[in-house]
Formats: sequence, structure tokens, C-alpha cells
Amino acid sequence: MPEHDVLIIGAGLAGQRAALAAAREGVSVAIMSKVHPVRSHSVAAAGGINAAISVADDWRSHAYDTVKGSDFLGDQDAIEVMCSEAPAEVMHLEHIGVTFHRNDKGEMDLRAFGGASMNRTAYVADITGQAILHVLYEQLMKHSSTVERYEEWFTTSLIIDDGGACVGVVARDLRSGRMETFAAKNVILASGGAGQCFRPTTNALICTADGITQAYRAGAPLMDMEMIQYHPTTLAENGFLITEGARGEGAHLLNSLGERFMEKTAPNKMELASRDVVSRAEQIEINEGRGVGPDGKGIYLDITVVPRKRTLEALREIVNIGKDFAGVDITREPIIIQPGQHYIMGGVKTDKDGRTSVEGLYAAGEVACVSVHGGNRLGANSLLDTLIFGRRSGEHAAARAHSIAMPDVSDATLRRDEAMIESIIARPRGPRRVSEIKEELGTTLNEHVAVFRNEEGLNQALDVVRRLKEEAEQASIDDRGTVFNQDVIGAIELGYMIDCAETIVVAAIERKESRGAQFRTDYPERNDEVWLKHIDISADADGAPKVSYSPVTITQWQPEERKY
Amino acid sequence: MSEFTLRLRRYDPESGQAPYWDEHTIELEPHRSVLEGILQARGRFDGSIGIRCSCRAAICGSCGVRINGQPGLACHTHLDEAMSRSSDGTIVVEPMGNMPVIKDLIVDMDAVHWKKIQSVTPWLLGREPVPEREYLVDREAMVDVTQSMACIQCGACVSDCLAMEVDPEFTGPAALAKAYRFVGDPRDSEHKERLTSLAEDPHGLFTCTHCFKCVDACPKGVNPMGQIMRLRRISGSDFDIEDRNNGYRHEHAFVKNIRRNGLLHEADLLPDSYGGKFHPRAVPELIASLPVAIRGMLRGKITPAKALLHPHKASKELRAIFDKIESRPKRYELNLYVSGTDADNEGTAA
Repeated sequence: MPEHDVLIIGAGLAGQRAALAAAREGVSVAIMSKVHPVRSHSVAAAGGINAAISVADDWRSHAYDTVKGSDFLGDQDAIEVMCSEAPAEVMHLEHIGVTFHRNDKGEMDLRAFGGASMNRTAYVADITGQAILHVLYEQLMKHSSTVERYEEWFTTSLIIDDGGACVGVVARDLRSGRMETFAAKNVILASGGAGQCFRPTTNALICTADGITQAYRAGAPLMDMEMIQYHPTTLAENGFLITEGARGEGAHLLNSLGERFMEKTAPNKMELASRDVVSRAEQIEINEGRGVGPDGKGIYLDITVVPRKRTLEALREIVNIGKDFAGVDITREPIIIQPGQHYIMGGVKTDKDGRTSVEGLYAAGEVACVSVHGGNRLGANSLLDTLIFGRRSGEHAAARAHSIAMPDVSDATLRRDEAMIESIIARPRGPRRVSEIKEELGTTLNEHVAVFRNEEGLNQALDVVRRLKEEAEQASIDDRGTVFNQDVIGAIELGYMIDCAETIVVAAIERKESRGAQFRTDYPERNDEVWLKHIDISADADGAPKVSYSPVTITQWQPEERKY
Repeated sequence: MSEFTLRLRRYDPESGQAPYWDEHTIELEPHRSVLEGILQARGRFDGSIGIRCSCRAAICGSCGVRINGQPGLACHTHLDEAMSRSSDGTIVVEPMGNMPVIKDLIVDMDAVHWKKIQSVTPWLLGREPVPEREYLVDREAMVDVTQSMACIQCGACVSDCLAMEVDPEFTGPAALAKAYRFVGDPRDSEHKERLTSLAEDPHGLFTCTHCFKCVDACPKGVNPMGQIMRLRRISGSDFDIEDRNNGYRHEHAFVKNIRRNGLLHEADLLPDSYGGKFHPRAVPELIASLPVAIRGMLRGKITPAKALLHPHKASKELRAIFDKIESRPKRYELNLYVSGTDADNEGTAA
């Protein structure tokens, strides 16, 4: 049985950063991912990473912007940690090879981004996530003697001992179909978000809530699950992301009358208000009949106002996306976009060192909720979140590994998971296919748990999710093989998504106010008196969601009205 | 909606059977991707179709395949575009080449692609001392390496590399583009060591035959062959690395040959690649090359008279081009990320 002091599940930015940090502490480290690490969804992060590195900037300004962006739901102690450690982290990335773009003095250039009071977003064209992810993977190749890699291994369960501590995982080697038990003193979940619960979404097909649901089923509470970010600029047809960097470079949003409608809601920041604010403004234009496109459900993003040479240098990826996926030359004509599901602010509740409430289990990155994003994440804060809390989790877990013995792990969970997989493969032909159930889940959440929500719609969504849960248990698959049986993995992922979706809807029903990404048309005001608190959701003895609350940590910024 | 027939190359390693063809008819708008077509077939008809995929937007590099004979990303190839290359009315999707097939469209990238990447020391060997803040480097240098950083490791270029087909040990386009990412990075301290090791490798820098297959294959405009050529120029012109593979001398002989003859004079090229007809080092090399020379004579490409006594007849205009380029203080590199194409450099719209 493989044994590791620190075992990391997921190899995006949070996971790789955790692995490298833990390895530096001299403990045995392994990183496991269901895809090759460079396929992780961090690769899609486009615009950049925030850090107060300019001499004119101060991390407190970054922290305040983040608190305000979170609609005061973010925990300020955690936000202070993230923003104060950001400059050193970005310098570290630069030193290990990230090719950050420069200004004429040869220093890192900084671009404008939404919700920020000054330019503080370091970037590599519009492939910042890819550049950082690939550079971290370079470091993993460099440190291959100290970080073991299990690439294309799918984690089926966390192993919880009788005392309630996490002592390892069970995983399946996709290539051979072999299942194995891994003993670990510490497990760090870094397995990303849950975008595939929605359709369309900017998220990759692999973002199926695996870690969120694994932790939830293992007894760890989830937090802020109702806070789902709709990104203001996604392609109408397939949900592809058009980076906020476009607006950072100066692009305008226009309605069917050719108006820059952001004047009405955010006269100062205009297109660069927080994402929740911009998405809502767009949705209002669309709902009131000023949308564009064949069905009137789009908004124009006009990038032609950015100098063409600058667009080609700094926004090359979206030039390609426009050309390849929408047939539009964005340097010459506006492109039609709409708000689309992009990010989940909520996740597994952790402290500032990534610890969940389950002993030995950590979480970092989109899977986690520290909470630094609260009700709404600022653009270019997600890469920062993954790296800061990935590193801190890795360091903390390594320190903990020094003080405890390797757990003695039975193979009971392995046998249970093997039986579970065999039973999925052996299911008789069911009434519905996995793909149909997944599609209904996604369209339902996108209809009722989107930019604007109300009780009636949310209750409908909850009914659908609970019906789909039953249907999913009978959904049959076609692949009976062991080598790369992606079909059986898809059935397991569907279960993760449905459980996660249930917590999202339950939390959205619970929060009877409008804050950040949660806008309730039946409760349109923010209500600090009652709702300046986190909603925690944990699984009760029967696996049903149970709601509780936890306070928001406020250090130096009292809630105030939010204006952009 | 339109109907398309996908013809998928399937292989089940557990069946003991040979690979076979599997057809599915799918319905999608013509501008949707081949990947969406495959996923529709998988979702509706057969969940056992194996293909790696994740982002759907040509950024994760998972879904490298061959579509109607051409390597690329399934998510980045439109159905109608694929149809326009079809010879039999179907869209033929096969696994990539030069790598062993694991199942259906899934190939073993570790065995080939990642092994080659690992061979070029693929991490920054940063200059010492490490500054407290960022390294100060030219604005253009970072934009320049963005082209090779844009590589998503999809393997499309490896799939159809002709040189690798002949020499499976060849470092290959993706790994050499990765090498340029460090050689072109002013923060790296080991440019010369990196180039020496690539140039001295008998399966390295000089194995590429300039066939342009990788340039066509790359979905991200990385231009791997261009990066290989730049590595050669930096190796030969900036560091004067005279490699055992004769790459350096051949390159110089080639340039000299064109400068003097206008058109390639092959009989001169061979001896010149070894230092000239009368160079002592050329003698053993020429003897070793006799079979090639004899074949050349038999085919009339070389005659003793042509080889030894021929006029050099490059036109004045051609020589002027050489003079102009060589008189520049700095070598211009063709990197579309920096220089743009002619169309890119037109004035700003609106």
C-alpha cells in the first residue's frame, strides 16, 4: 500500500503549489489527479493574478477591494492573509519562470481588472493560468524525486477512520482500472469547482464537484454554497469565457440601443465594476428587451475600441476564440456575450491554513471556501487564492506530518468502492442515460439558480435535483471494460454533481436576502442585521443537507453600501 | 441542425481484437466542433467511446486526434471544416500518430511526448543572484517567449512529425519549442549549455527536416519549426557551437552556397558542409559520402566538371539582399507574436 505524509488530490494550481510547498519541508509528498496535471482547469484562467506589487499600491487597498467585492461576506482575516502574502507569491512565480509581461522599464506590467481601485493584475497575455500551471508543472518535473505523481488516477473516496480523521484515499488508475488504497497522514483536496452542475458553463468537463462532495460525504461542512458567480462575458452559444482582461484593456459593453448601460449602475467603474454587478446589469438589459443577437439574450462586447496591435498582443486567446468559436474578428466588430456560470465562491469550509473540520483533511483552491471571496469573487483573485492557500495547506500539512505516525489503514473502503463500481457496470439498462440526467441538472440550475433567483424557482430546482438523484442511481452505462472506462467515472461524477447541486439550491433558498452573487427578486435588499453570516451545510446522518450558520470575521472594514 | 457521420477508429485493448471502424450519425450545427459530435455520440449511443477531453475551448490540450488525416484538437475543428476535407462523406477520427494507442482515441503521451519534454531540462535555470523583486527584462523578450509558452502540450505536432517517424529518438517539435522557451528567456543562465546539448545530440536540433507539418498541426500558432530554426540560428550565429552532427557547418555552407549560386548547387553543398573541397577534414567525410556522390552522378545531378569547376552566378539583386540583411546590427526574428502579420499591422479599426 503506498504511504505518503501528504497526499494531494487534484493537480491544478492549488494542488501543484501545495505539493511543491510540502516537498520543501522534507516530507513524502504525492499528487494525484484524474487528468494529466496540465489539463487541469486552472489552465483556462485567462486574465491575470492580483497582487499589490506596484510601489504606489498597498495590500490593504487590495484587501479592501476584495472585501467590498465580496459584498462584506468574505472573512477579513483570511483576506488580509491572501492580500498581504500576494506580492511575495507573485515574485516567487516570476523567479521560477512565469513569463509575466513587462512594461517599458522591464518590470512586471499590471493591467486594470474589475472591482480593483488601481492596476494590480500581473498577466501573461491572456493565458496567465496556462503559463503559471505549466511553470508549476516544470517545477514538478524538476522535483520528480521528491514529489510522486499519480497522473490519471480518479479518487473514489476519502478514507475516514473510526475517530473521524481522514487517513487516506481510495483511487482508481484510469489506465489499468486497478483500484488501490493510499494511506496518508494528510490529504489535501485541491480538486476544483463544480461548474458542470450548470449548463452552459465556462468550466471544463472535469469540473464535477468531486472534492466538494467527497468532503461533504466525509462529514466536512460546506460554506457559502449559494454564491455562484456568473461571469459577465461568456459566449452565448457554448459558454466559453471571454476574459475580463478585455474590459481591463478598455472594451465596452453595449445594449441594442448602442448605450454603455453600465453608466446607470456603476458610473465610476463602468465596465470594471464587480462581476456580480456587471452580470446583473446585463441581465436587466436583456430582460427589459434591450438585448442583442438573434434571441435578444446577448450583449455586445466591443473590443474594437482597444488598439488592434494591443489586442493581438495581450488578448490573443480571445481573438482566437472569437474567430474559431463565434466566427467574429473581435478586433473589427463587437462580439455577442452574456452572463454565464463561471465560479463557485463556496466550497469546503476551511481555516487560513486550509484545514477543514475533518482532522487530517485540507482543502485549497476552488474546492475550498476560506472564505476570501464571500458573495462575489474579484477577477484575478482566484489564481491568487489557489496559490496562497495551496502553499499554506502544503506547509501546514507537512508540519503536521512531522508530529504524527503513519495511520494504519484497512482496505474496507477499497472493497466498498470496488463493489460500487461493479454494481454501476452491472446495472440493467435504465430509463435514462447519464448524459440526459446531467443535461437536465445543468439546464435546471441555469434557469433557477442564476443571476436572479426567487423562492418558487429555487423550490422547483430542488424538486428536480432530488428526482434526478433517484434517477442517477439507476442510470446505466455502456462500457464494461477496465482500461480507461470513462463511462463509469462519468456515472460517479454525476453523483458528485447532484449532491453538490442540492447543497447549492438549499443554501440559495435559505439566504433570504440579496448579497453578492445571490440576488433574490423576492428579497431584493441586503440585510446585514439578519444575514451578515455564512450559511454552512453539512450532511446529516441520512446524508441529507443540514443548515447552520457561522459568523463573518470582520477586522477593519465595517459593512457599508456598495457603489462602483 | 445538420447530420454528420463520424467514422471513429476504435480499439479495445481488452478484447484481443484488432482496431476497427465505428460509425455514428450525429446532429449539430455545422460550426460546432468534432469533439461535440463525438460527445453527442458518446452521450446518446455508446458511452464506451474513449477520448480525453476537458475544456472544449482549445486550451487544455487533451483532445489531440487525427481528423481526416490531419492532426489537431477535436474541439478546435469545426464539423463543416472537417467535412470539407472528407473524401467519402464521413468525418474520420483516428488517434494521433507516433504514439502508442491505449484505447480508441487515447494515446500514450507519457511514453513519447512527455519523455521528450523531460529530456530538454524543462525548467528555468535562473540567473544568480535571484533579485529581490522581479528580474528586469526587455518587454519584447517576454512577449517573444509567449509564443512557445502558448504550447498546450496537445501532441498534435508530435503526431505527424516526419523526422520522428524516421527517427523515433528525435527530440521532436514540441520539446524543442519548449527548449526555445528557456533559450529565449533572458532570465535563464544556461543558454549555451542548453544549445550545446541540443546541437550535439544526434537526435536533437539538426534532425528536423523543415517539412512544416508541425507548423500546420499546431492549434495554437506556436510554430514549432520556427522555434527550432531560431534555436539553430542562436546556436550557430550567436554561440558558434560547432557540433559533431555537422549542423553548424551545413547551415553555413547552405547560406554560402545560395549567396554564391543563387539557386542551390548541390555538388558544392556536400563538401562545403565539411569545410570546403580542399579542407583536410573534408577528405574522410567526402570518402564516407562517396555512395551519395556516386548516386548523384548516376542520376546526373553531379558531374565531375560541375562539381569542381563551375561559375558562381548569383544575381546582383540576390547578393544585395544578403548584404542588406547581414549589415543589420541586430538579427530580425520572425515571431508573429512580436512582429505581427501584415494584416495585423493595419491601423486600428473604429
